[in-house]
Amino acid sequence: MTAISQAQKESTGQVQPRRQRRELSDRAILNLFIWPTLILLIAWNLFPLIYSLFLSFTDYSAIANKAPTWVGFQNYADILSDPQMWKYFATTGRYALVTVGMQTILGFSLAVLVQEKFKGSGLVTTLILVPMMLSPVVVGMFWKLMYNPSFGYFNFLLGFRNPSTAPEMLAGRFAGQPVPNLALWAVALVDIWMWTPFVMLLVLSGLKAIPDYLYEAAVIDRASSWFQFWRITVPQVMPLLMIAILFRTIEAFKSFDLVMGLTGGGPGDQTELIAVNLYRQAFLGQWRTGRASALAYIILIVIIAISNLYIRYLNQAKED
Amino acid sequence: MATIELRDVEKIFGDNHAVKPMNLTIKDGEFICLLGPSGCGKTTTLRMISGLEAVTSGTILLDGRNVTWRHPSDRDIAFVFQLYALYPHMTVRDNISFPLRAEGMKREEIDIRIGEVVDILRIHHLLKYKPGKLSGGDQQRVALARALVRRPSAFLMDEPLGALDAELRETMRAEIKALHHAQNATTVYVTHDQIEAMALSDRIVVMSAAEVQQVGTPAEVYYEPANLFVARFIGSPGMNLIDGQLDGDLIRFPGNDSTMAVPAHFRVPLLAALDKGDDVVVGFRPEAAAISDDSTMAGEVYAVDMHGGYKLLHVNLGTATDPVIVHLRADRLASHPMGSSLRFTADPAMLRFFDPKTGRAISPSETAPVQTQPVEVTA
Repeated sequence: MTAISQAQKESTGQVQPRRQRRELSDRAILNLFIWPTLILLIAWNLFPLIYSLFLSFTDYSAIANKAPTWVGFQNYADILSDPQMWKYFATTGRYALVTVGMQTILGFSLAVLVQEKFKGSGLVTTLILVPMMLSPVVVGMFWKLMYNPSFGYFNFLLGFRNPSTAPEMLAGRFAGQPVPNLALWAVALVDIWMWTPFVMLLVLSGLKAIPDYLYEAAVIDRASSWFQFWRITVPQVMPLLMIAILFRTIEAFKSFDLVMGLTGGGPGDQTELIAVNLYRQAFLGQWRTGRASALAYIILIVIIAISNLYIRYLNQAKED
Repeated sequence: MATIELRDVEKIFGDNHAVKPMNLTIKDGEFICLLGPSGCGKTTTLRMISGLEAVTSGTILLDGRNVTWRHPSDRDIAFVFQLYALYPHMTVRDNISFPLRAEGMKREEIDIRIGEVVDILRIHHLLKYKPGKLSGGDQQRVALARALVRRPSAFLMDEPLGALDAELRETMRAEIKALHHAQNATTVYVTHDQIEAMALSDRIVVMSAAEVQQVGTPAEVYYEPANLFVARFIGSPGMNLIDGQLDGDLIRFPGNDSTMAVPAHFRVPLLAALDKGDDVVVGFRPEAAAISDDSTMAGEVYAVDMHGGYKLLHVNLGTATDPVIVHLRADRLASHPMGSSLRFTADPAMLRFFDPKTGRAISPSETAPVQTQPVEVTA
């Protein structure tokens, strides 16, 4: 009681300004934390999001000195009826399927291997994680060098010494003959190399969270290692694995930097993923801002739809 | 159904002797409790029997078969864990059927087996839930069902009721006892709760400091403790243990004019084990005390606990600065105000004597020695 009245007297009486600042109300602190973040979010996220939604219904071009004119759903209709666009979507889907599939299988296997403690297992784990920590542009640069048909490591390790009979991975040719999708798989390989550690990391944390006593119970229940793996390990890791897959799928649909660094979409349109095409329409020579905005929204909707499937699965797994 | 035999079984973790060489024979259908304070090696012993822990040396025989280096899955034993160890992502039905599915049993047969154990444990209504949705008692019932469904030759239980609250423990204890009566399967049960051990076991193995202290029926470990540890550990409060001196047919207590007559059946053994004037520890249970004014033991009431059916008196035989407290059970209606003086004696049949140098009990001459069963305990 006395302490409180003392404090009241001090705060209502003659108070030094320094003391006043220290006694900010909860509300003021709240505002101090929230508003800067909120303003940044509005300026950099919310406004562009809404403005691009508006632009997607116009024929606006960022370099034309012309106000946007409303064209309704014209851009969306154009994109969805353009067979070329469907081809890019198909390419992206194939790319996502292969990269995420391989990353899941390899990431899981690596996690199971690394989970066992052996001499230097910490170092090995760290080394495996290195690709993930590199900048995609750097990765693109040096894989371009590795793939080089004349002096790259890739062909050397595969045993091809003569450039004229060797695969040219990024050009999609083998011994001078074009091979369909070879460049796409070349890019996919780099993506798998770079992001398998990410899946491994999440699966590893899932594996480490499985309590030993479950395996002890399983041993007592006379379950074989194989039975234990499928009935205990896999279901226990599943929620984290699904999160890894969700992240990788979203990233695969947005794949841009690696592809630009390696092939720029070529040869022809072999590696023209949807995000690369979006960039081309928005900026490279075309500057069709309105149409590109519409495409961006279509991609967004596709990604949200896929994410929802995963999230629904995750919630279901959590519920029961 | 099986016998379990441990021969010189020993476990060393680094520099730490977790279980010192231990010999134990468990008969077919017997319910054995490993009882002791935490860290006494009882769980390690159980895990060695199960095969979850490898022995450092010694031999384990199941039904005469040497299984010392066999995988747990080759031992045909079931293990009930303290924290149930149910598979959290499976329904109760899948948890119970797990060991059957693991050995590739046919669906129809699995259903029949599940039906049987579910009836025994009355958990029919739980089958479709996941373990996380169940109470602790129900989870342990499911864990018991998973152990039962395999029809193993022996059950090993590691403090199965340790995580339950007091009331539920009592219910589950009765259920486990009923289950054992119905199945009559060899069971080894680890607990630190002596009430549980007393209530359940055919025989109790009291362990402390990695060693077996005594093997005996609940009555034996209670009335005829083999050493001072068992005397203190069993019972709540434990046995009263008073330092005295042997003087012919009397025990004198230093600093006190109380005396106690040596019962006839202890005269010869006491004189054989000790010399006149040697220290001896006299032990008796609180309920062995008889309070009457013409008795030979004198003390002052230090505190009185009302236990409902009886009173427990804390009586000081020493002085205020050097107290020697004994616990006596008294009638709930008797009045013994704090600070009042009191005389009592102990039932001669329930007196025990220990050699303070070795800590071991001195056996009486007329009654049979403590260890008559075919169990041999070496330490």
